[in-house]
Amino acid sequence: MTSPITPVLTANWGTDRSWTLDAYTAQGGYQALATALTKTPDEVVAAVKDSGLRGRGGAGFPTGMKWGFLPPYDDNDPQSRYLVVNADESEPGTCKDIPLMMASPHTLVEGVIISSYAIRAKQAFIYVRGEVLHVIRRLRAAVAEAYAAGHLGPDSPAGVDLIVHAGAGAYICGEETALLDSLEGRRGQPRLRPPFPAVAGLYARPTVINNVESIASVPAIIGKGADWFAGLGTEKSKGFVIYSLSGHVTRPGQYEAPLGITLRELLDLAGGVRHGHQLKFWTPGGSSTPLLTDAHLDVPLDYEGVGAAGSMLGTRALQIFDETTCVVRAVLRWSEFYKHESCGKCTPCREGTWWLVQVLTRLEAGNGSEADLDQLLDQCENIAGRSFCALGDGATSPVVSSVQLFREEYLAHLEHGGCPFDAAASTAWAPRRQSQEVHA
Amino acid sequence: MSDLVKKDKVTLTIDGKPVTVPAGTLVIRAAEQVGVQVPRFCDHPLLAPVGACRQCLVEVPDGGNGRPIPKPQASCTLTCAEGMVVETQVTNAVAEKAQRGVMELLLINHPLDCPVCDKGGECPLQNQAMSNGQGESRFAAQEGVKRTFEKPIPISPQILLDRERCIVCQRCTRFAAEIPGDPGIALIQRGASQQIGTATDAPFDSYFSGNIVQICPVGALTSADYRFRARPFDLVSSPSIAEHDSCGAAIRVDHRRGKVVRRLAGNDPEVNEEWISDKDRYAFRYQRPAARLTHPLVRDAESGELRAASWPEAFTVAARGLAAAKAASGVGVLTGGRVTGEDAYAYSKFARVALGTNDIDFRARPHSAEEAAFLASTVALASDVSYADLDRARVVLLLGLEPEDEAGTLFLRLRKAVAAGLEVVSVAPFASRGLRKLNGRLVPAAPGEEAIAIAALEVDKDTIVLVGERLATSPGALSAAAALAARSGARLAWVPRRAGDRGAVETGCLPNLLPGGRPVEEPAARIDIGEAWGITHLPATDGRDGAAILAAAASGELGGLVIGGVDLDDLADPAAARAAIEAAGFVVSLELTETDVTRAADVVFPVAPTTEKAGMFVTWEGRPRTFAKIFDVPGSLADLRVLAGIADEMGTTLGFSTTDGARAEMEQVGPWDGARPAAPTVAPAHARKVLKTKLALATWKQLVGHGSLLEDADVLLETQRPAVARINAETHEMLRGSSEVTLTGDRGQVTLPVEVTDLPEGVVWVPANAWPGGVLATLSGPGGSVSVKGVQR
Repeated sequence: MTSPITPVLTANWGTDRSWTLDAYTAQGGYQALATALTKTPDEVVAAVKDSGLRGRGGAGFPTGMKWGFLPPYDDNDPQSRYLVVNADESEPGTCKDIPLMMASPHTLVEGVIISSYAIRAKQAFIYVRGEVLHVIRRLRAAVAEAYAAGHLGPDSPAGVDLIVHAGAGAYICGEETALLDSLEGRRGQPRLRPPFPAVAGLYARPTVINNVESIASVPAIIGKGADWFAGLGTEKSKGFVIYSLSGHVTRPGQYEAPLGITLRELLDLAGGVRHGHQLKFWTPGGSSTPLLTDAHLDVPLDYEGVGAAGSMLGTRALQIFDETTCVVRAVLRWSEFYKHESCGKCTPCREGTWWLVQVLTRLEAGNGSEADLDQLLDQCENIAGRSFCALGDGATSPVVSSVQLFREEYLAHLEHGGCPFDAAASTAWAPRRQSQEVHA
Repeated sequence: MSDLVKKDKVTLTIDGKPVTVPAGTLVIRAAEQVGVQVPRFCDHPLLAPVGACRQCLVEVPDGGNGRPIPKPQASCTLTCAEGMVVETQVTNAVAEKAQRGVMELLLINHPLDCPVCDKGGECPLQNQAMSNGQGESRFAAQEGVKRTFEKPIPISPQILLDRERCIVCQRCTRFAAEIPGDPGIALIQRGASQQIGTATDAPFDSYFSGNIVQICPVGALTSADYRFRARPFDLVSSPSIAEHDSCGAAIRVDHRRGKVVRRLAGNDPEVNEEWISDKDRYAFRYQRPAARLTHPLVRDAESGELRAASWPEAFTVAARGLAAAKAASGVGVLTGGRVTGEDAYAYSKFARVALGTNDIDFRARPHSAEEAAFLASTVALASDVSYADLDRARVVLLLGLEPEDEAGTLFLRLRKAVAAGLEVVSVAPFASRGLRKLNGRLVPAAPGEEAIAIAALEVDKDTIVLVGERLATSPGALSAAAALAARSGARLAWVPRRAGDRGAVETGCLPNLLPGGRPVEEPAARIDIGEAWGITHLPATDGRDGAAILAAAASGELGGLVIGGVDLDDLADPAAARAAIEAAGFVVSLELTETDVTRAADVVFPVAPTTEKAGMFVTWEGRPRTFAKIFDVPGSLADLRVLAGIADEMGTTLGFSTTDGARAEMEQVGPWDGARPAAPTVAPAHARKVLKTKLALATWKQLVGHGSLLEDADVLLETQRPAVARINAETHEMLRGSSEVTLTGDRGQVTLPVEVTDLPEGVVWVPANAWPGGVLATLSGPGGSVSVKGVQR
C-alpha cells in the first residue's frame, strides 16, 4: 500500500540545515518564482484560482477569489497595496505554521514574493506571533538571505520588500483586522467591516491577508501547475494540507496529506493512540472547533466532510484525547485560555468567557445541579453569534460540543462531588496500567 | 430620475412596518422612525459606529438581497439597504433573547451600587436593564465572583473613573479622539480587565472633558464637581443658554431648592449639537448667593463708607448723583461684555435718554476707534455666517482668533467640518494646540503685524473669515480683514469672546452706534430712534469710547460713571481704570458680587445672574438665543429694571421695566435699513524693529483661567493648562537654554517655565489670564514688549 502522505510543504524539512537558502535552492527552491516571473501577474492569480486553493487559516475561503477582491491596480500609485501574511499562530493545538517557518522559511518567503507579484504589492509583511522568538529569528535570517540573493528588494525582479513583524502576544491578533491594527501600532482589536481589508486594510489601503500555509502553497502551485494541485484532495477541497497531530498519540507531529484523509488513516501513520488506550474525543481543527469522537474516525478531513459531521476543519489541529482525559477539565482549560485572550471589545466574549470559566470551575468541582448544564448551553447561545468576531464563537465550541457528547460525564462530576478522573493518568508520564485501572 | 431617488432614499421593513430613510442610515435609527427603541450603549448618533456592546442586536430575515443574514446583527453598525427586512426585539424572539442575553452579561460584572451611584435614576444601563433585561441574576444565584477594581481613580482633576461600573462601550474614548481631538484616554488591558486608562504621566487634558461624564451610559465617569451631590430625580431641569462665550450653546441647568447643582449640555443640532465646554458646564458657582451682593449700598455722606440701603433710597441717591454729574460735565457708561441683549438695550437707551450722551462702550478689554468703526460697518446687523455654513465652506480663515480658547462650540463645529474636508488657515503668532487639532495651516504673524499678513492673503468667495477680538489691538488689522472680505467676496464674521458682546453691538452700546445698527452721526438714524423713543434730542456726535471715558473721568472731564459688570483687570490699563474710578465724582455700579468697582462706587445695585432673569444672548453668528428665568428671587433685578428705576427717579423713563417689555421695544425699533458706514481704512503699522532682548508680547486668554465667572470653580481651575512662556529656538539659545524665564514689562514681571515654540523672531507668548490679575494688570499693556532674562537654577 502506498503511503497516503504527500510531502510538498514538508518535503525538505528533513534535509540538513533545511532553513538555509543554500539547502532550499539545492532542492529547487525559488524556481517557482522564476516561473512566476515569466507569467503576468494576472496569470499567476488565475493559476491560484484554478488550483482551487482555499485559505489554510481555518475559514477555507478561496485564496484566488480573495485576491480578486482587490480594486483594479493603479499604475500611478505603485505603493498602494499590501500583502500581509498571518503568522500569528496561537490557537491551542494548532502547530503547522510555526514548524513550517522553522524548518523551511524560504518556502514562505518565496510564496510571499510570488503572491505579492500576483497582486502587484510592493510591500509585504509577515506578522509572527511574538512568543516564538526562535521562529522570528529564523524568518528574519531567511529574509536577509533572500535580500542578499536578490530575490527581495526594490531592485529584485518582483520588486517586493518584506518585513517580518513580531506580535506582542495576543491571540486576537490572529483575527485579520485586529492583526492589521496591531501591525499599524495600535491596540489589536477587530475592526468593523465594511470596509473590508481588500478595500481599506493596512493603512487604509487595499490589503490581502493570507495564512502562512496558504502562501507557502503558492510556489508548489506555480512550480507544479494548478492542475496538479487541483488533482489532489477532494472535489471542493483541493490540494494538500498539513495535519498536526498532538496529544495522546504515539508519534505526534505534522503529517502532510491531501485533503479528505481520515483520522483513522492519520492515526495509522502516527502509530495510533497512546499505547493501551482508546480514543475518547478529538478536535479536528483546534480548540475552536466542536469536538468529535471515535464515531468520526472515518470522516473525510476536508472542509465539507468535517462540516457535515457538525464541526469545522479549521487549522487541522488534531488534538487526540484518550479515555483518561476528563472532558470537563479539558474544556475548562480551553475556556480559561479564551477568557485570558478575549480582547475585551465586545460584551458577549468579554463577560461571557469570564462567566463560563466560573461555571465550569464549579462543575468540575462537583458543585451545582443538572440545571446548570442547561444554563451553560444557554449562556453559550448568548455568546455564539452575538460577539463582534469569531473568538466568542470559538470559545463556546468546546463547551457546547462537550456537553452534547459527554453530558453523563458532567453529571458524574456532580454525583461524585468532584472530578472522577485521576488527573495524573492523562499525563505523558503516567504509568500505563494505572490509567486503565482508574478508568475501569 | 428614479435611479437618483433610489440612491438618496432606501425603503425597508422594520417589525412589519415599511420605512423610507436616507441612504446610509443605520438600522438602529431607522427603527426609531417606526417607533421602536432598540436598546443600546456604545451607539451615539454623533460618534462613529463601533458595535462593541452588542446590545442592539436584531434579526435580519432579508438583507435586501433576498437572503437572511445568518446571525443577529448589531443595528448600530448595519446600514439600511433597499428591501431589507429587520425584526427587532418587538417582533422577533431571537432578537429579544439576544438582547436579554447581552444585558445579562453586561450586568454580571456590574456592581449593584445603584443606590449610591450618581447615575442612578438617569442611567441607560439601569433603564434598559428594566426594559430589556431580567429581574433575577443567574450569575448571582451561582455565587459568581465579580471583577473588582480600586475605586475611583482620577483621570483628570475633574473626572473620576469607577472602573468596576464601566461597560467599556468606548463612548468616552471615541468622544475624546473624534470630537475635541484630545485622545488622552484609551483602552488598556484586555478581556474582563479591559478598562479606560490614561498615560501614567499625563491626565486626560481636554477643555471638553465633562461631555464624557454626560454620555457615559453608566456611572463609571463622574465629575469631582457633582459626585455625590444629588439624585437626578430630586433635581429640576431648566433649559438655558451658556453665558461664557459668544457661541450660544444650549445647556440644561439642574437645580434643587433654588440652587444650581450641575449644568449639562443641551441638545441643539444647529448650534452645539450635544457638546459644551467644561467652562460652560462647571463655571456656575459665581452665581451662588453666598458671594453675591444682596441689597443696594449707598455711600454714607458722613462716614464715607458704603452702607445698606433700600431700593427706593438707592434709586433716589443714584438718580440725584447722576443728574448732578450729567449737569456738571456728563456721565459715561461702561457695560461690560456679560449683559444680555435686553440689558444692553437698556444701558444703550439709558445713556442716550437719561444721561444724554453717546459716551457708552461695552468693550471691557483693549479696544480701538478702528474696532468701533469696524463693528459699525461690518459686524452690526450682519448674519452672513452660521454654524451650518462652516460645513459647506471650503476654507475658514481665522484672524486673531483661537476657537478652542475663545469659542468652544465653534471649535468643535470647525473640527467636525475639517473631518469632512474643510481647510483651516490661521493668522497667529504660532500654531496653537487648537489649530493643530484643526489640522490648520499657520500664517505666522507677530503681534501688531497681522495687518501686513492679512493684506498679503489670497482667498476666494468660498472662504469664511472669522475675526477674533484681539485684532482690535493690532492697528490696521480689522481694516485689512474687512478689505480682504470685500475684495474676495468671502463672508466675514466677528467672533468675540464674551456672550454679551454681539448683543451689545446690535443694541448700540458703542459711542458710534445707536440700537439696530444705526450710526450715531447719521441724522436719519437719529430721527428713527428719536421717534421710536418719543424724544426730540439725541446727541449728534460719536461719544467717547471706553478708554476715553475712563481718561475723561480721571481728568475730571466726566463727572460720573455707570459701570455694569466690568472686571477692571480686563481693561487695557487696569491701574489707570482704578484711578479713574477713584477720581470720578459719582459712580454707580451694577454688580453681582463685591469688586474693586463696587468698593469705589457711590451707589451699588445688586443685579441678577442669568439664572434669575430672562434674557437673550446674540451669538457670533447674529443668532438670538433667548432663555427664561429659572429662579424667581424677590429683590434680584435685571440690570434693565435697575436702570429703569434710576431713570424714573431722574424724571425720565426707559419705557419698560421688564425683559419682555424691552424685547418688545427692541423688535419695534428694528434694524436700520439705511446704508452702513464705510469700513475703517487704518493703514498697517510699520514693521517693528526686532530686538533681541525686548520681545514683542503676544497673548490671549485661555478658556480656563482666572476671571470673575470662574469664582469658586476650583476644580475647573485645576484643569487650567500650565502657564508657560513660549519663546522661539533662537531666543532660547540666546538665553543659554534656560528652562525658566523672567519677563519684565512696564507693569511688572513674571517668571514662567519655557516652552520652545516656532514663533516669529523677537516674539514671546504668555497666557493672558493664567494668574490673578493677568498680563494687563501685572506685566504689560496691550501691544507692549517685555524684556526677557533666563533664570539659572
